[in-house]
Amino acid sequence: MKGFGKYAIWAYSIMAFVFLLIPIAYTVAFSFNDSRRTNIIWNGFTLENWFTVCEAQGVCEAFGNSLLIGVAATVLATTLGTMIAIALVRYRFRFRNATTLLIFLPMATPEVVLGAGLAAQFLQAGVPKGIGTVILAHTLFCLSFVVVTVRSRVVSLNPALEEAGRDLYASPTQVFWRITFPMLLPGIVAAALLSFALSFDDFIITNFNRGADVTFPSYIYTAAARGIPAEANVIASAVFFLAIALVLIAQVSAGIRRRRLASV
Amino acid sequence: MAFTAFSGPATASAEPIARRRSPIALFLLLPGIFYLILFFVTPLISLVITSLQAPDPLIFGQYVNAFNWQNYVTVLETYWQQALRSAGYAALATLFALLIGFPLAYFIGITLRPFPLLQSLALVLVIAPFFISFLLRTLAWKQIFSVEGPVAGILSSLGALPPGVSITGTTFSVVFGLTYNFIPFMVLPIYATLVSLDLRLLEASNDLYGSPATTFRTVTLPLSAAGVMSGTLLTFIPAAGDYINASREFLGSTDTTMIGNVIEANFLVLQNFPAAAALSLILMAFILVLVSAYVKRSGTEDLL
Repeated sequence: MKGFGKYAIWAYSIMAFVFLLIPIAYTVAFSFNDSRRTNIIWNGFTLENWFTVCEAQGVCEAFGNSLLIGVAATVLATTLGTMIAIALVRYRFRFRNATTLLIFLPMATPEVVLGAGLAAQFLQAGVPKGIGTVILAHTLFCLSFVVVTVRSRVVSLNPALEEAGRDLYASPTQVFWRITFPMLLPGIVAAALLSFALSFDDFIITNFNRGADVTFPSYIYTAAARGIPAEANVIASAVFFLAIALVLIAQVSAGIRRRRLASV
Repeated sequence: MAFTAFSGPATASAEPIARRRSPIALFLLLPGIFYLILFFVTPLISLVITSLQAPDPLIFGQYVNAFNWQNYVTVLETYWQQALRSAGYAALATLFALLIGFPLAYFIGITLRPFPLLQSLALVLVIAPFFISFLLRTLAWKQIFSVEGPVAGILSSLGALPPGVSITGTTFSVVFGLTYNFIPFMVLPIYATLVSLDLRLLEASNDLYGSPATTFRTVTLPLSAAGVMSGTLLTFIPAAGDYINASREFLGSTDTTMIGNVIEANFLVLQNFPAAAALSLILMAFILVLVSAYVKRSGTEDLL
């Protein structure tokens, strides 16, 4: 691409980035709004919302529930998903195609169907809905994403290193914990972060299975009818900055590692 | 291939791994597979059972197991408009996401390739919306489009919009919201195919007097087709089932109700579980047809 085309794609992409970032900027800006009851019109800058986050009724409790659900679902999904990912890459077994399909389908199912299906099942089994059922539901939809993420890491792993460990009389457990696991760790961490992000921001599946318990997204959904308190923007912004910082650190350290490897 | 976009381009090892048979495989697979059967397969069966239930003749508002297949006819008769609208809105959103997303993916994967730092920064910007609440982002657009908001102000001062008329609650605002929310799902898979595209192929085409348009049509596009396919699926599926953008408190109105809104209302508000289940299965069947066309093209091994 030369001349005009080159400038055109720069201009077009910068516009696309601005488009992607507008609502983020808006949400962050309104966390500093000096709002009274509703947070729709700009009333002037204040830091007060950030210092009195928990004063809006229920917002911190909802945030706490979301954290709990996110951590529990992430631990469960990452464990089960990593095991499947290793098996998929390393072992031969029957029903391979069926297994692949079973892992793929939850990602291809609309959330509203997953949510309604689980809710129908809990209803028929007489299981009361609440944080527990939400954790079970989140683990389900995070699981497939974990498999996909970790699997690509297992594929890129050099089996010769594990062979070397075995040649040097390491037991299978030693080989796993001292060679395989540390080398898979970046993939597992990425999968865990993805799970947590998916779980933390999920609304649709949660809404079908939460019963009377409130998560951060369901708090916002309910509050949307009467006006979102600025405190919700504060929490969302804080989470955003934390996540961006984590991702930037990961990107930069990966970049440094690549450069170091290239210079060897 | 389809969903690997989230994990970045895979660097395959030099030689294919020899897969072994071992009882360890069962130990690794069984817990997860058991989980998927318990919480994915049986809920689908629950949906089938629920969708065939009939109202309890004795207790109002309760349902009993039956083979009441007429539920499907009833929901299609009642909600065919919402079903068609969902397909239409999702198709439009997918098209717009492709129009915005492809150039963006090309820019990150190819134009920015000489600048690795800018490239990773651009990728972070694409996934940045994932880190801030989906609902708050959608509400931000609602405020921007509201009667007091900047867009309505500019349009009405230009005379393009009568004062006091809202842009929200229209087909435009819902499709806009869907497009916005699912663009990253379009960009990432296309980026993943373009980032590993051998630039020498583009040079070769150029050397052989291929115009930029010919090069794009005969080299770039076929080589990124897999990414376009998965991006299309990844955008269309969540958009077709979404009910946030189309709901009244967000960017929609009663004129923009989609199938997701109807499922939600029937299940959680009206407690008409059979209708909600039948609608869910109709949506699922529609998506499965699309997915199986995809599987037929690329096979199951490439799914993940």
